[in-house]
Amino acid sequence: MAAFTIATGTGNWFSALALGVTLLKCLLIPTYHSTDFEVHRNWLAITHSLPISQWYYEATSEWTLDYPPFFAWFEYILSHVAKYFDQEMLNVHNLNYSSSRTLLFQRFSVIFMDVLFVYAVRECCKCIDGKKVGKELTEKPKFILSVLLLWNFGLLIVDHIHFQYNGFLFGLMLLSIARLFQRQGLPILSRLVLNSWGQAILPRRLTKVLGLQKRHMEGAFLFAVLLHFKHIYLYVAPAYGVYLLRSYCFTANKPDGSIRWKSFSFVRVISLGLVVFLVSALSLGPFLALNQLPQVFSRLFPFKRGLCHAYWAPNFWALYNALDKVLSVIGLKLKFLDPNNIPKASMTSGLVQQFQHTVLPSVTPLATLICTLIAILPSIFCLWFKPQGPRGFLRCLTLCALSSFMFGWHVHEKAILLAILPMSLLSVGKAGDASIFLILTTTGHYSLFPLLFTAPELPIKILLMLLFTIYSISSLKTLFRKEKPLFNWMETFYLLGLGPLEVCCEFVFPFTSWKVKYPFIPLLLTSVYCAVGITYAWFKLYVSVLIDSAIGKTKKQ
Amino acid sequence: MEKWYLMTVVVLIGLTVRWTVSLNSYSGAGKPPMFGDYEAQRHWQEITFNLPVKQWYFNSSDNNLPYWGLDYPPLTAYHSLLCAYVAKFINPDWIALHTSRGYESQAHKLFMRTTVLIADLLIYIPAVVLYCCCLKEISTKKKIANALCILLYPGLILIDYGHFQNIYNSVSLGFALWGVLGVSCDCDLLGSLAFCLAINYKQMELYHALPFFCFLLGKCFKKGLKGKGFVLLVKLACIVVASFVLCWLPFFTEREQTLQVLRRLFPVDRGLFEDKVANIWCSFNVFLKIKDILPHHIQLIMSFCFTFLSLLPACIKLILQPSSKGFKFTLVSCALSFFLFSFQVHEKSILLVSLPVCLVLSEIPFMSTWFLLVSTFSMLPLLLKDELLMPSVVTTMAFFIACVTSFSIFEKTSEEELQLKSFSISVRKYLPCFTFLSRIIQYLFLISVITMVLLTLMTVTLDPPQKLPDLFSVLVCFVSCLNFLFFLVYFNIIIMWDSKSGRNQKKIS
Repeated sequence: MAAFTIATGTGNWFSALALGVTLLKCLLIPTYHSTDFEVHRNWLAITHSLPISQWYYEATSEWTLDYPPFFAWFEYILSHVAKYFDQEMLNVHNLNYSSSRTLLFQRFSVIFMDVLFVYAVRECCKCIDGKKVGKELTEKPKFILSVLLLWNFGLLIVDHIHFQYNGFLFGLMLLSIARLFQRQGLPILSRLVLNSWGQAILPRRLTKVLGLQKRHMEGAFLFAVLLHFKHIYLYVAPAYGVYLLRSYCFTANKPDGSIRWKSFSFVRVISLGLVVFLVSALSLGPFLALNQLPQVFSRLFPFKRGLCHAYWAPNFWALYNALDKVLSVIGLKLKFLDPNNIPKASMTSGLVQQFQHTVLPSVTPLATLICTLIAILPSIFCLWFKPQGPRGFLRCLTLCALSSFMFGWHVHEKAILLAILPMSLLSVGKAGDASIFLILTTTGHYSLFPLLFTAPELPIKILLMLLFTIYSISSLKTLFRKEKPLFNWMETFYLLGLGPLEVCCEFVFPFTSWKVKYPFIPLLLTSVYCAVGITYAWFKLYVSVLIDSAIGKTKKQ
Repeated sequence: MEKWYLMTVVVLIGLTVRWTVSLNSYSGAGKPPMFGDYEAQRHWQEITFNLPVKQWYFNSSDNNLPYWGLDYPPLTAYHSLLCAYVAKFINPDWIALHTSRGYESQAHKLFMRTTVLIADLLIYIPAVVLYCCCLKEISTKKKIANALCILLYPGLILIDYGHFQNIYNSVSLGFALWGVLGVSCDCDLLGSLAFCLAINYKQMELYHALPFFCFLLGKCFKKGLKGKGFVLLVKLACIVVASFVLCWLPFFTEREQTLQVLRRLFPVDRGLFEDKVANIWCSFNVFLKIKDILPHHIQLIMSFCFTFLSLLPACIKLILQPSSKGFKFTLVSCALSFFLFSFQVHEKSILLVSLPVCLVLSEIPFMSTWFLLVSTFSMLPLLLKDELLMPSVVTTMAFFIACVTSFSIFEKTSEEELQLKSFSISVRKYLPCFTFLSRIIQYLFLISVITMVLLTLMTVTLDPPQKLPDLFSVLVCFVSCLNFLFFLVYFNIIIMWDSKSGRNQKKIS
């Protein structure tokens, strides 16, 4: 019985949280799943039944393999488990096959892979040193952070209802972040190096050197691996690159915090480069040998798609499109525009992939690239000239993710998770960050609502959203109750506005006569409303980062 | 209360789990000609909407009683009527007379599930939250944890949202809970009104009636039958009669009407037990076929005697020493006696025992958790029939984890925390070496849990031998019955030995 007590852990709140959310995921198995379910089934079939040389050429299904090679290998390994569940799902020609066993296997594979995510969250909680207020468990930053990450609404609905494998990928990312934080990882490592009888396996000096250095390398390695799992993480690669170059390759700073050029360590640069190169070689090498690299890249970066997804992700371009729409309507009313010159597609905007602008200039991929780079640059400069340790890195990483989300080409609404999850780590540290996090999370999560449009899932998404939002706002308010309120009246008003918006879009609009004539209005409203909030959060975060680094400079001087 | 937000979170978790379970299959899905309880509820909506009140309980060409005729009290019928009006508004096909038989569709399922959720949200959940807030002597955090555990109790969720029982348990149990709440907070009139509603919603609530009666009578005695007590008694009687009259008004017009409703409510000719129930008679049936040996009326008398004898001590004790703690325990033991010994028991009736056990969860967490696990397990054959294996396992585990983390139940197995202190002291007067009680109970728990897990695994994976097709379900019932007997003894011991320590505790509070 004693052993059982320890195993189930009385007071072991972390395992209770993790197990609880895992059980919730199991309950979500019979829910609706999107076409991504078929996408992943198809990839299982491709990797299982075809030789490597065919992986990136196979096109029987419209859902061709468009993730980097590591993900393909991951599917390959999964497929060897899948064959014990249902051999039929591994047939490339068995399109849209979804037997109950296939469903169980795929759903459970996502749930199982989330073990990595849970581990990463645990590691993150170890290295976060948030504000220490009350002694109550529910008010500890670690507890709040683990709920915010483990029970994240976005991950739950995207992975376990909509169906994708983001959980373990974010797990890799959080793990690499945690490794960068754990520079003083000596106790952990020495515990590993010392064997169970307390004898040192390695000479002490060596363990010390390893203990101080290994964590950065590990972080870099994990991130490189992650990039070869899913290339969307390229968005945050600049932050990683600059941070490692600045804080790892230069071993010392001048007293005022600026760079000491002489401290540049060639060994470290080379070892970093080697890690990244080896990982890439492992991933892309086989395709280089087969002379298929151009084909792989053409699959990975399909620039043929439109500026915005069918449902506009709530970013800058959503606002831009909406403005264009408003201007064209006004123009038509005031007779500035000739109705015959207006392209037909724009009348049903939101339903057609290619959106043609009527008044404002059309946007090309190159323009979005330049915008993104311009948006990212200041944060990178901050990180380079004013590195504020791992926390500064985390802010820069969030900004990179958000900026790319704001200005990227063909951005999915799901990409907002890339900013929300790292931002969670920041939120338990400072009241200002918490306020930005809450605005970003609430609007970002709300913008995921159109992913689930079937009636049975409506209560689930509303309940889970309320659950997460009420918890995150209340717990962070309790954590920072001694400081000034987290929201001003405008922000409160904006966030409360999400409620009526949801009621209008899902409960009122379907009963009005506009449903047939303008079916795109709910999506348009959602995306524009959320775009305002996300832009605001992005702007506020940017301002706080820039002000912080400016204050840091004056203080030092 | 600064932590109200955690209570909101707890309620939302409860609701989410309820809704996710409701995405699964229901009883009798796609199984003509009789379908299942789901069809029964839909059929009642059809009947109550299309026929005049006078014909609801009578067999006629429009109302074929053998096909899921109404066999619950009037309040259920009114509720069905209310649902029918909503159904009519959404899609009249759902309740069209005759033609809608066996109607099944995704939208209709959604509608039915929503009616359950709304009823639950209006009646049961507020009662649970309020009950936990009214608990004394524990911290806010514990109150919230308690609410979480009660809301996650898998038995109720699985029967109401998975199996879809034709009668909404959350409504009847919710009313009963409001009754308990009222009576223990000294709002006796409101409490008895709520409980009358519960009885008028589901006649099985009579399992709880005796403790209510005894507790209120005891209160009256305590106040002095010549003064305040008598006034209270008269008031209570008026409330009860008035609420019954109101509910039964349309059926009091003719004698035949009332009798027919009563005949439908208490179908004594249906035999000692049906299907597989984890009570004494069904378990005993394994060794001796009582049902065939004894004549019908003797079975009736026998079951009545057993039930009456088993609940008598606890009830007398409650009249003599009315206390809200004793009241809750008596609720448990009475309901359990009824479940084990009475006539015509359904396996789902165990929920009537589980509700009061949920109420004592914070007082004896270890035993309550154990009982609630067994009660869910006892419905396993039913849940398997409805293809609810996955949600059953998942919700049971969730409930178990919630109990373990919020009450750390494994550290609460001392005699004192099992409330067996005074019992073992009095046993030790005769048997000085009687010190191993809590150890025994721990081992019994382990054995019981292991048996349940093994039996579940066997039922799911193995095929029963051809000669004994019901082997596993009989085993499940038998094992649960043994557990329940043990619990009956345990709860009676607690009740009977409560006086000495109970009075001291009351003084402290």
